[in-house]
Amino acid sequence: MERVYRTHILVCAGTGCVSAGSLKVRDALVREIEKHGLEEEVMVATTGCNGFCAAGPIAVVHPDGIFYKRLNVEDVPYFVEELLVKGRVVEKHLFAEEERNELIPVMNDIGFFKNQVLVALKNRALIDPDVIDEYIGRDGYVATSRALTEMSPGAIVEEIQKSGLRGRGGGGFSTGLKWKFCMETKGDVKYILCNADEGDPGAFMDRYILESDPHAVLEGMIIGGKAIGANKGYIYVRAEYPLAIQRLNTAIAQAREYGLLGENILGSGFDFDIELYYGAGAFVCGEETALMQSIEGKRGMPRPRPPFPAQKGLWGKPTVLNNVETYANVPQIILRGSAWFSSLGTETSKGTKVFALTGDVNNIGLIEVPMGITLRKIVYDIGGGIKNNRELKAIQIGGPSGGCLPASIIDTPVDYESIIKTGAIVGSGGMVVMDDSNCMVDIARFFLEFTAEESCGKCTPCRVGTRILLEKLKDITEGRGKDGDIEILETISRNIISSSLCGLGQTAPNPVLTTIRYFRHEYEAHIYDKKCPAGKCKALISYIIDPEKCTGCMLCKRNCPQECITGEKKTPHVIDQTLCIRCGLCYESCRFNAIRVE
Amino acid sequence: MAKLTIEDLKKIRQQAQGTVTMREGSHRAKITVHMGTCGIAAGARKIMDAFLAEVSRSGGTDVVLTTSGCAGLCSREPMATVEIRGSAPVKYIDLDEAKVKKIFEDHVLKEKPVTEYALVQGSETTY
Amino acid sequence: MNIYHVTREFDTFLKRENLSGYKDRIDSILEIYRERPGGLIPVLQQVQEHIKYLPPVVQHYIAMGLGVPSSDVYGVVSFYSFFTMKPRGRHLVRACLGTACYVKGIQRVIDKIETGFNLKMGGTSEDRRFTLQGVRCLGACGLAPVVMVDDDTLGEVDPSKIVKLLEKYE
Repeated sequence: MERVYRTHILVCAGTGCVSAGSLKVRDALVREIEKHGLEEEVMVATTGCNGFCAAGPIAVVHPDGIFYKRLNVEDVPYFVEELLVKGRVVEKHLFAEEERNELIPVMNDIGFFKNQVLVALKNRALIDPDVIDEYIGRDGYVATSRALTEMSPGAIVEEIQKSGLRGRGGGGFSTGLKWKFCMETKGDVKYILCNADEGDPGAFMDRYILESDPHAVLEGMIIGGKAIGANKGYIYVRAEYPLAIQRLNTAIAQAREYGLLGENILGSGFDFDIELYYGAGAFVCGEETALMQSIEGKRGMPRPRPPFPAQKGLWGKPTVLNNVETYANVPQIILRGSAWFSSLGTETSKGTKVFALTGDVNNIGLIEVPMGITLRKIVYDIGGGIKNNRELKAIQIGGPSGGCLPASIIDTPVDYESIIKTGAIVGSGGMVVMDDSNCMVDIARFFLEFTAEESCGKCTPCRVGTRILLEKLKDITEGRGKDGDIEILETISRNIISSSLCGLGQTAPNPVLTTIRYFRHEYEAHIYDKKCPAGKCKALISYIIDPEKCTGCMLCKRNCPQECITGEKKTPHVIDQTLCIRCGLCYESCRFNAIRVE
Repeated sequence: MAKLTIEDLKKIRQQAQGTVTMREGSHRAKITVHMGTCGIAAGARKIMDAFLAEVSRSGGTDVVLTTSGCAGLCSREPMATVEIRGSAPVKYIDLDEAKVKKIFEDHVLKEKPVTEYALVQGSETTY
Repeated sequence: MNIYHVTREFDTFLKRENLSGYKDRIDSILEIYRERPGGLIPVLQQVQEHIKYLPPVVQHYIAMGLGVPSSDVYGVVSFYSFFTMKPRGRHLVRACLGTACYVKGIQRVIDKIETGFNLKMGGTSEDRRFTLQGVRCLGACGLAPVVMVDDDTLGEVDPSKIVKLLEKYE
């Protein structure tokens, strides 16, 4: 029997909270609790990422699940005194929703959490990812024991197929079908791979799952291994994710110690082990054939299919590759049944999807929602609306392979088919909300800069085409746009899509095409009027001080890095347009709204 | 550590359940010891230790123990509230270690309130 | 070039860089991965961890040690952004180039680092203290703008404070 505590303080140890100082807060809590002699009554533990990164460092106090935000070391003595000695809720660190202006103590009452449905993230903020026993306490490895001892490979594949689970990495291909092809391919050596080479700018779903619940991924791979007949798995993880790597290493070591990896797992006669492989920083390695080339030690370039990896994959052997989130769903499907899983979501898109919600929303963080939820619900009910009461302009979904959807189609349900109709893709789960200060041409340029850099160079249309798109977009944002540029962008985009080998090229023009489709007027303003309506493109704007509003406080003058603002105290200032580099510091520092962008 | 069998896996799961129950909020019974300044002065800490010991000893994984601030009836401290899921909470007053033992055995485990120690049944629930 | 030449040049290189102590370590890494298929990338990662960069003389030595053509080694080194052929500073400063960081103004943070330590994006300071690189989204978008120094993640970086924050890293 484990020790009983009256209170559990669960401190978030996700990357977000750690860099905001959560581990120091944890140490301070432990010290303070010892000082009061309460260490036998109160447990302080760390958990994986809570998801609500914007509120970090976070602690959740159980029982009752009270959510505390923005803790700091200085407040710890007060916090412990109030919470543990006096037994009061510490209002100072409670969360408040902006418009309601009331404190919400219980975590699951907060809009950000209330509207989520947790499957892949079911253990979020409830267990210490470094303690396998806590994972087991939440029904961990029950699915593995069921799959290994009670189910045939065919039965596992059938269950996954019936659940309707589709690849969460972006492709949306049926996981069960993929497993079935590989299961049916003859071969004594097969491999199962996990793609943890997350690289979309603005996406951190996989990192989060690996950091907060690594065993769920291991379990998904063990079950998949049994289904297709593989005894060896590789996790291809980005070297830039040190915490995820550390947690994975710990999890693998613990699973080996318990015999949940290795020979004859749980006495079932099935052998399986997992090795980590560190990615070396190439976005294209998120493509399955490129990833396999990389594990083989080569330049990570995609190769034509067929043969499909299910027939000839890693080292020429039958191979299955799925992404982190897909694997995290697998144990839940085995545990609770395909019928339960397929009851979530829509007709064709089953289950839930994890999104990294970032940008100009109030509540930034990681969320899991049922497929079919509308963008409106995500942005307003979960995201808490747009920051600083500005206007929603667009939602960028699917990263560099996706697109920018305008506020006018905010009632679109988020499922594979509906999102494809808009010209974007669900993708791996990046969702960046943008307010009216963002320029859509500039955003398209940003993504093309990324894909042009990351194109592996194998297919000419992608290598050269993305460069041309980028050059054209640069011209437009810098005031050199010409009549006919929009048509050129469209033609080249279509050519790249139709003649590239892999997903990178086939989707790279999406950000351009969606912004043209929904924000054509903005392109036209740049090209014909030489104006950037959002006031973002430096070459097309100027900052002007309104002499009526300027109080002559000198704040902008002090902040200007070019020293090109002149004016005496208490008299209106003037910006020298020939020297101005349009950095916007004066605009941001002005307290009287006296500076406008034109 | 030797390799696990399916039985071992179940045992570990059982053991970790208490920790997990507390965090999930899926407990059957909840004991709240009122620990305002007056409660502490009246010996609430000893009462809490006694409850903690009972919970540990019983080995149950469906009971959580917690504390709250002053219940507003300072003259009858130490106090505790026992809530069984689905029935009205009961406030106990003027507690001592012997009473704790009986309350735990009768009310928490067997779900029969100890009316002679109770102040009132059916105040506000905390679920 | 024969084995003798490659080894001699490698030794001279290590001596010049004051890294001779790592020779045995590198030889044992090569020994471990020699027979393993797909060992090239892990070898390059580990060697770079010790000597910080992979100039041609190091690539030749690795190629020889693993028994693969130098062109293969060069092909891999030049393909992946993790590998560098130029010397790196004692501390690697990586500025996140993800969407959220872009929107929240990472460029101004980069500008401050460049002027503060007199180096350029992708380059190394004169005293080899810092190397500044851009990196694909670090996945800490909630904290944008984000800078990673070695294994530390710095979030919500204020451009006016970044130079001071970096002063801690000797």
